[in-house]
Amino acid sequence: MTMSIDAQVATMPMAKALNAGLRQAMADNDKVLLMGEDIGKLGGVFRITEGLQAEFGESRVLDTPLAESGIIGTAIGLAMRGYRPVCEIQFDGFIYPGFNQITSQLAKLTNRNEGSLQMPVVIRVPYGGHIGAIEHHQESPEAYFAHTAGLRSVSPSTPNDAYWMIQESIESNDPVMFFEPKSRYWPKGEVDLSGSAAALHASRVVRTGTDVTVVAHGAMVSVLLAAAELAAAEGISLEVVDLRSIAPIDYAPILESVRKTGRLVVAQEAPGNVSVGSEIAATVAERAFYSLEAPVLRVSGFDVPFPPAKLEALFLPDADRILEAVDRALAY
Amino acid sequence: MAETETTSPVPPVQVLAADGTFSPTATAEPYLPYLDALSDADHEQFYRDMVTARAFDIEAANLQRQGQLALWPPCHGQEGAQVGSGRAARAQDHIFPSYREHAVGLIRGVDLLGIIEVMRGTTHSGWDVSDPRNGNFRPYTLVIGAQALHATGFAMGVKFDGATATGNPDTDEAVMVYFGDGATSQGDVNEAMVFAASYQTPQVFFLQNNHWAISVPVTTQSRTPLFERAKGFGLPAVQVDGNDVLASYAVSAKHLADARSGGGPQLIEALTYRIGAHTTSDDPTKYRTQEVTDSWVAKDPIVRFEAYLRNKGASEEFFSTVVSDAKEFTADIRARTHAIEDPDLTFMFDSVYSEDHPLMTEQREWLSAYERSMAGGAA
Ligand SMILES: Cc1ncc(C[n+]2csc(CCOP(=O)(O)OP(=O)(O)O)c2C)c(N)n1
Ligand SMILES: [Mg+2]
Repeated sequence: MTMSIDAQVATMPMAKALNAGLRQAMADNDKVLLMGEDIGKLGGVFRITEGLQAEFGESRVLDTPLAESGIIGTAIGLAMRGYRPVCEIQFDGFIYPGFNQITSQLAKLTNRNEGSLQMPVVIRVPYGGHIGAIEHHQESPEAYFAHTAGLRSVSPSTPNDAYWMIQESIESNDPVMFFEPKSRYWPKGEVDLSGSAAALHASRVVRTGTDVTVVAHGAMVSVLLAAAELAAAEGISLEVVDLRSIAPIDYAPILESVRKTGRLVVAQEAPGNVSVGSEIAATVAERAFYSLEAPVLRVSGFDVPFPPAKLEALFLPDADRILEAVDRALAY
Repeated sequence: MAETETTSPVPPVQVLAADGTFSPTATAEPYLPYLDALSDADHEQFYRDMVTARAFDIEAANLQRQGQLALWPPCHGQEGAQVGSGRAARAQDHIFPSYREHAVGLIRGVDLLGIIEVMRGTTHSGWDVSDPRNGNFRPYTLVIGAQALHATGFAMGVKFDGATATGNPDTDEAVMVYFGDGATSQGDVNEAMVFAASYQTPQVFFLQNNHWAISVPVTTQSRTPLFERAKGFGLPAVQVDGNDVLASYAVSAKHLADARSGGGPQLIEALTYRIGAHTTSDDPTKYRTQEVTDSWVAKDPIVRFEAYLRNKGASEEFFSTVVSDAKEFTADIRARTHAIEDPDLTFMFDSVYSEDHPLMTEQREWLSAYERSMAGGAA
C-alpha cells in the first residue's frame, strides 16, 4: 500500500455509511424520498437518517404515522406516481403489519401489470441480534422475503457495501428488501467513495482458503472471519464467501469455491428450518454434488422464537459453533 | 416546533383543578356519582398506588442505568390515568396492557419484579395470567396495537359465554385494553373498534394520549381529537384529564359499568404526558422542548392529588408512611433484581409448542451436549 492519502477513501461505521449513501441518492435524484417512524427529527432510532430531514425538508424525509402497512402501502402509491420511496422499518420484528402490502402488493405489482408498472421501493430493515434487546428487536426475518417472488433481498456486511448497496438498491426498478445488520452499525471500516466494487447481487470471496468454504450474509460474515482466524491458528484454512444478496443468490463464487474445497458450511442468525441456508445447501448439492467431500452443513439460530436477551449468546451462532461444524465437515 | 395538542371544543372531564381543589367541569356531571361512593380509605389507596408506581418507575430506570436492565419504558407522569382506570376495574375484569402500564399491574396484584424480568431479558412475559393472584392482568404486548384485537376477541368470548350483562355488577365481566396515541394509527386498533362495535363487546378502550409516539407528536397521528374518532366507529367516547386521578377513576368506572351492563364498547381518551424519555434508549432533547415538558410537570397527578388530600385533612403521618413504604417497596425490588438468575440454556425450547416436537427435542439435546463439550466434558 502506498502512503498517499486518497481523498476518495473515508473511514466510518456502517451507520454513517448508510447515512452518506442515502444523502447521495437523495442529492442525485429528487424523486427519492425517505419515510418511516421517527426518521425525521430524531434521525431514526439508530440515527441512520440523522440530519437528512434538516437538509432535504419534510416532504423528502417523512415522519409517518405509526403504521407499517400504511408506510408500505403509501410507498407503493408514491412509486406509482413516480417517486422512489425508501422506507425504514424501525426493527425487524415490526415488519409484519406491513407484510401483506410487501408480499401481496409490492412484490407482485410489476407482474400483475405485465411489466408496465415498476416498483422502485426500498425497504430498510435493521435486523438481527447481538444487541441484548427485548422481544421483537433482534429477529432475522429475511427468509420470508427471499421466498417471495418479485422481491430482491440484500444485506451488506461492511460500511463500504452499505454505502454502495443502498444507492444501487434505490436505483433498482424492482422492490428491494435491504436488511441492515444492526450489530454491524457501529464498527468502522473503509469506504471507497470512488466507485462500487461489486454489483448489487454479486456474492464475493472475502478471505481465500483451501479446506472448507464458509458462507454467510450480514453480521454473520464477521463471525466467519473471526472463525477463519481461529481455524488458521490450528492449521485449517477457511474460504469465506459474503453472500451480500440473498435473493437472487449469486452462486458462481460459491460453486467455484466448493469445487476447490469440497466442503461447505452455511451460517445464519435466522432459524435454519426453511431458511436461506437451506436453499444454498440444496442448490450446491444439486450443482456440485461430485465435488462435495461432505454434506453441506448449516449453522443457524435454533428453530424457536428469538429467546429473551440473556439467552441470545446461546441462540446466535458464534465462531465456536462455526468451527464445530467445520470440524464435522472435515471429519468426512 | 410542531403543535402538540389536539384540542376539542368540549373541555375534557376534570374534577380536580390543577391546584387540587374540587371543582368539576360541567362535562364531569354524569360521572360524579361514582366519586360519591369512594371512601377516604379509597382516596388514600389511590395516592399510595401513584406514589408506589412512581417510586418503582424511578428505581427501575436507575437499575437500567446500572446495567441491570436492557431497557426501561417509564410511566412517569401517567400515574393518574393508570391508577384511576386500574382502580375502576373490578376483580372479575380482564386487562390487556401495552408495555407502560406498570401502575395498573401493581393494582391488579402482579409482582412488579415480573416487569423487571422482561426488561432485563430473562423472560418474554414475567407473570402468568392464569394465576389468579395476577388479577387477570395479561403480559405486556410490545408490537404496537396488537393487543387491541386480542382484547376485542376476548370480550366477544365473554359475551358469547353469557358472562356479562346479567345485571350483576359483582360478577359481570368487562375487558379493558390500554394503548397509546401512536397506536391509534395502526390497522389493528381500528379493526378492533370495528369488531367491537359489530359484536357490541363488553369492553373499554383506554387510550393514554401522552402526546408522543417516541419522537412523533400526536398531531402526526391525528388532526382530530382522538376520542372523536371512536365515535365514527359507533363507540361512545369521552376525553378525560388523565392527570386527575379522580376524573380518570370516575370516567373509567362509568364506562366499565356501561360496558358490563350491555352498553357495548366504549372509548376513553386520557390526556396525559410522557414526562420521561420514551425509554431509557431515547433522547427527547432531539425533538421536544423542556418548556412544554415543564408545563406538564406543573400538572403532575401526584402533586395535584396530594394537595386535594391535604385540603381534606389527611395527616402528615399518612404521607410520610406512604413515602417510607414506597422506599421499602423499591428496596425490595432492587434486592430481588440483583438476585435474578439467568434462565437455563434449554429454556428457549420449553414452551414453543404445547406438545413434544421433534425439532425441539433434537435441538435441545444438541445444545445441551454442545455446551457440555464446550465446558470441557466429553464431546
Ligand atoms: C408494530 C410496531 N411498530 C413500531 C414499534 C416501535 N415502537 C415502540 S413504541 C413506539 C411508539 C408508541 O407510541 P404510543 O402508541 O403513543 O405509546 P407510548 O409509547 O407513548 O406509550 C414505537 C414506534 C413497535 N413496537 N411496534
Ligand atoms: Mg404516546
